[in-house]
Amino acid sequence: MRLKSLDNGHGVGTKALFAVIRALSRQPTPEVLKLMMYRPDFFGTHMKKITHEAMRGPSAWSIGERELMAAFVSKANDCEFCIKAHTAVAVRAYRDEAMVSAALADPAMTAINEPLRATLRMLGKLSREHTLDAIDIRAVRAAGVSHQQIVDALAVSFAFNTMNRLADAFKFVVPGPEVFDAGAKFLLTHGYR
Amino acid sequence: MSDIREAREALVARILGGNGTTSLTQRSEAFNNAWRTKPTSTLIERVATHARKVSDEDITAAKESGLSEDQVFEIVVCAAVGQATRQYDAALAALREAESNEHAPKEPR
Repeated sequence: MRLKSLDNGHGVGTKALFAVIRALSRQPTPEVLKLMMYRPDFFGTHMKKITHEAMRGPSAWSIGERELMAAFVSKANDCEFCIKAHTAVAVRAYRDEAMVSAALADPAMTAINEPLRATLRMLGKLSREHTLDAIDIRAVRAAGVSHQQIVDALAVSFAFNTMNRLADAFKFVVPGPEVFDAGAKFLLTHGYR
Repeated sequence: MSDIREAREALVARILGGNGTTSLTQRSEAFNNAWRTKPTSTLIERVATHARKVSDEDITAAKESGLSEDQVFEIVVCAAVGQATRQYDAALAALREAESNEHAPKEPR
C-alpha cells in the first residue's frame, strides 16, 4: 500500500477484527478489506452497499456472469489485483476455468451467449474509452439484451471502474492464487457486505 | 433488478459534501479531474485516466506539496469515484438516446 494509514491506521477494534480474520483464514488481511475499513464512513460503507447490490442484487444476469463482467472491466483497466480476484470468483461460479480464461482473452471467440458477449464488448469500450454512444447501445439491444440488463451491467461497471482505480492508485499487493481462491470462496458465500 | 442509484448518490453526497480533512473545493476539483496545481494535478489525472500509471513518486509528491495521508486518501477516492461517475452517466445518457429513437414515430416514406 502506498499510504501507511491504509496498512495500519485503523482503529483498535478493526485491528482486532483483522487479527481474527488472519487467524481463521491463515491468510494476510485482504488489501481490499483494509481500504473498505479505513474511515468507512467516508467511503467503504457506501461502496460495499453499491458493490453488493450490483454483484448480488436481483438481476437477470447470474452471479457468474456479473463476476465475469467485473473481471472483464478490470482487464480493460489493466488492474492486476482485480483481474485475478474476480477471475477467481468467476471460475468458482462457472466451474469452468477454460471458458472464463477464453472469455477474458477474447469474448468473440468464446462459447458464451450472444447477450453476454455483446455486453462484455460494451463494458470494455466504456472502460477503455470512458464513454459510449447510442450506436453502442443499439448493438447490445440488438443482441437481445434488455434495458434492465444494460442498467445492471452498468452498475457492475461503476463499481469496478471505481475499485480498479483505487487498487492501482493505492498499490494493492497482489498475493498468490491460493489467497484469491480463498477470497473467491468467501465472496461467493457472503457477497460484498 | 439491482438498483445502485440510492447508494451511489449517498456515496457521492458523502465524499463531496460531508466532513473531511480536505476542503469541499479540493474534493470537488479531484472528483472533476480539475485540480489546479502540480504535482497533485498529475496524481489526480492519472487516477482518473490511467490509474495503472500512478507511481510511488506521484503519492510522495502530493504529500510533499503539503497534503497529509488522509488528504491524499480523500482526493484519490474522489478522483476514482468522479471518473466512474462520468462514465456511468455517459452510458446511461447513451441508453436514453438509443431508446428515445426506438420509440420515436417512423418518418413517412
